[in-house]
Amino acid sequence: MDFKLSDEQRMLEETVGRLVRDTYTFEVRNKSLESEQGFSADVWQQFAELGLLGVPFSEEAGGFNGGGAELMVVAEGFGRGLVVEPYLATVVLCGTLVDKLGSDQQKEALVPAIIGGETRLSLALYEPNGRYEHNRVTTSAKKDGEGYVLNGEKAVVINGDSADQLVVIARTSGAEDDRAGLSAFLVDGNAAGVSRRGYPTIDGLRAAEVVLKDVKVGADALLGAEGQAIDALEDSLALGLVALCAEASGAMEVACDQTLEYIKERQQFGVPIGKFQALQHRMVEMRMELEKVRSITMLAACSLNESRELRDKRLAAAKAQVGKSGRRVAEEAIQLFGGMGMMEETPISHYAKRIVMIDHHLGDSEYHYGRLESLLDVE
Amino acid sequence: MDINFTAEEAAFRDEVRAFLKDKLPEDISRKVKEHKRLGKEDTIRWQKILNEQGWLALHWPKEHGGTGWSPIQKHIFEEECAEAGAPTVLPFGVNMVAPVIIKFGTQEQKDYYLPRILKSEDWWCQGYSEPGAGSDLASLKTRAVREGDHYVVNGQKTWTTLGQHADMIFCLVRTDPDAKKQEGISFLLIDMNTPGITVRPLITLDGEHEVNEVFFDDVKVPVENLVGEENKGWTCAKYLLTFERTGIAGVGQSKAALAHLKQVAAQQISNGRPLIEDPHFRRRLADVEMELMSLEMTNLRTVAAAEAGGVPGAESSFLKIMGTELRQEITHLFRTAAGPYALPFLNEALHDDFDGNYVGPEFAASVSARYFNFRKLSIFGGSNEIQKNIISKMILGL
Ligand SMILES: Cc1cc2nc3c(=O)[nH]c(=O)nc-3n(C[C@H](O)[C@H](O)[C@H](O)COP(=O)(O)OP(=O)(O)OC[C@H]3O[C@@H](n4cnc5c(N)ncnc54)[C@H](O)[C@@H]3O)c2cc1C
Ligand SMILES: Cc1cc2nc3c(=O)[nH]c(=O)nc-3n(C[C@H](O)[C@H](O)[C@H](O)COP(=O)(O)OP(=O)(O)OC[C@H]3O[C@@H](n4cnc5c(N)ncnc54)[C@H](O)[C@@H]3O)c2cc1C
Repeated sequence: MDFKLSDEQRMLEETVGRLVRDTYTFEVRNKSLESEQGFSADVWQQFAELGLLGVPFSEEAGGFNGGGAELMVVAEGFGRGLVVEPYLATVVLCGTLVDKLGSDQQKEALVPAIIGGETRLSLALYEPNGRYEHNRVTTSAKKDGEGYVLNGEKAVVINGDSADQLVVIARTSGAEDDRAGLSAFLVDGNAAGVSRRGYPTIDGLRAAEVVLKDVKVGADALLGAEGQAIDALEDSLALGLVALCAEASGAMEVACDQTLEYIKERQQFGVPIGKFQALQHRMVEMRMELEKVRSITMLAACSLNESRELRDKRLAAAKAQVGKSGRRVAEEAIQLFGGMGMMEETPISHYAKRIVMIDHHLGDSEYHYGRLESLLDVE
Repeated sequence: MDINFTAEEAAFRDEVRAFLKDKLPEDISRKVKEHKRLGKEDTIRWQKILNEQGWLALHWPKEHGGTGWSPIQKHIFEEECAEAGAPTVLPFGVNMVAPVIIKFGTQEQKDYYLPRILKSEDWWCQGYSEPGAGSDLASLKTRAVREGDHYVVNGQKTWTTLGQHADMIFCLVRTDPDAKKQEGISFLLIDMNTPGITVRPLITLDGEHEVNEVFFDDVKVPVENLVGEENKGWTCAKYLLTFERTGIAGVGQSKAALAHLKQVAAQQISNGRPLIEDPHFRRRLADVEMELMSLEMTNLRTVAAAEAGGVPGAESSFLKIMGTELRQEITHLFRTAAGPYALPFLNEALHDDFDGNYVGPEFAASVSARYFNFRKLSIFGGSNEIQKNIISKMILGL
């Protein structure tokens, strides 16, 4: 066993760390949030220049050839800085899906553009009544000559309002929750019949409700074989889960650090409040939750090449733990900050919001407990 | 032992119900039930209706216009109000400053302020906390120096709830800087329109303007506005803080919220079935229901003890902790019930004049904002840690 990062991984960590420390200040982030798309195009370009947008792609395609560990390192850094740029949507979820399913032609058209920061994508997967079940899809894609016609609604599509292209998961056959029959389509964000209603999310991101009404796409919009997107989709979601857990881990680390610093400084009753044992023990418990999340995130990040069942079990455990521990850390952080923790102008409140809200991305802890229960006996 | 309400108490409940059915404006209760943010007008409209009925000042003696109700009656009333979706009465005037004026105020103060409070002519706010004085209230620094027939006040208050609407603020100020911490503090009533007062909004993490900073720059306050004796304000402060508050457990609010949560969970679909049938979610609901039963009985025991003449002192700290934790847990479950639709944040949808389209189910619009906003319940009014310190000292003798 070796828990040390490789030289390359350390390099990635330092790159992201420097970026977040030196340029991604709280003020810069808040300014980005105010823009229409909710993030900074300049920062995105910086990501591209530093090679961060190529992390999960092959070296031939111009990428970093990174796996779970590399993604973890990057996402942790983003979590520390509460980065709002659409990395999860574009690179982790959509980029890897295109990379896995796409034809050579499709990949040539898209992957270098993603790596270069020119194209941004969003995954239009979940539906209004589907909660977190990724195979509960009613959006339909019907054969229409050579191409397809898409109809349906997609819920809370992260960064869906500003994405150049949507990767739409639609059903080409099967019943509402069949695993077979799901297909992935590339749909231009501004195609006729696509309407997007964008809005902010409470954790500082942007999302959209997407309605597809008789959207016509050509045969070249289909990624991979018709009706067989599920495995690749789950691979990409697995990467997404690793990224979210790692992001939570990074954000929880900062939340713990800032809280610790605060209770050492804040004076009440003539002493720093950190002198009260009641608070010391709670601070210790926050740190233990952080350590658990760090550990289980590593486990998840390094399990992507295990059997599907083992991988899924560990991912479910990781996301459930993140939901449980994250909530605890976020709530305690606000509590220990007292009134200051409730204020929008205090960074801790934004860390708390992101940490709690990560639970609502790609399945909450209830959902993942359910998955874990169903995989309990997998060794 | 008989845990049932007496026939008189049951009759009283019926009377309250009939009143609420008759007089609580539909539009207001709808807003409350939908967790919309209430405007100043809604609160005042309701307080005026309550006052016409003579039911606004629950905790005042009858001679000043109070109800003269027993603790059990107050409990029943508050529970029914919460279930019916009545707005909470703004506590600062009616339930906080008024009892202090009644106990420590001059005849002139009583004659002037009490009727105005009953008629909701003044919107009061509470100026206790300062940037450096939160839990440690006695370390407050705002200075009041007597100059002839007035005090000159300088300093800053913070987290002043709804101070943006206020006509009056009751403040703790330091009148003797050389005395020991708790001594040398005075209780002043200050007109918010006095020159030298600046109110600056503070925005909370849910995007709401609910609290403020209040700055005092050479603010002249007539000496008649001192309540009680100079340098003895801590007595007033303590009286106000430990003032018998039957509503502190929030049982009615929790009951109403739980009922709404069940309704929502019956409509939401998870894995092709109503969420309320999901064994995990159901277990969580059961847990909340169990805790609520325990809390309600604890609350009633405390209330009954007060009725029998005991003073609910430190016991109300139990209620504060249990009640706030339960209310917070329910907001967590609402957020869970909303699933991915807990993410969208349409601040405008939380206001009562919103007529746009919601994102996802309507109930989901407020769940995350409320979850985060309700973190305040364990912070203000004496944080839950401070309540535990009180219990360990006063009840356990540690
Ligand atoms: C089954 C068993 C086997 C053992 N075997 C051995 C052995 O082989 N050899 C040996 O030498 N000893 C042994 N011990 C003793 C063991 O090390 C002590 O029980 C332990 O050190 C705690 O001391 P105590 O029991 O006196 O509890 P105390 O020190 O009296 O503590 C009582 C409680 O107060 C808490 N407490 C104490 N100080 C603080 C503080 N500053 N802040 C917060 N909380 C505090 C403790 O955590 C504990 O909960 C054994 C004990 C048990 C139960
Ligand atoms: C939404 C909101 C509305 C408010 N409205 C008003 C208002 O209208 N008027 C007003 O005057 N004030 C108001 N307050 C202020 C509120 O009363 C204070 O926030 C509260 O007293 C806590 O003080 P603090 O925020 O300074 O926290 P601190 O006192 O700095 O406490 C920080 C943390 O340390 C803990 N702590 C402190 N001392 C101890 C101890 N001895 N032992 C163990 N733990 C300890 C606290 O519990 C808390 O978790 C409001 C606050 C909020 C959040």
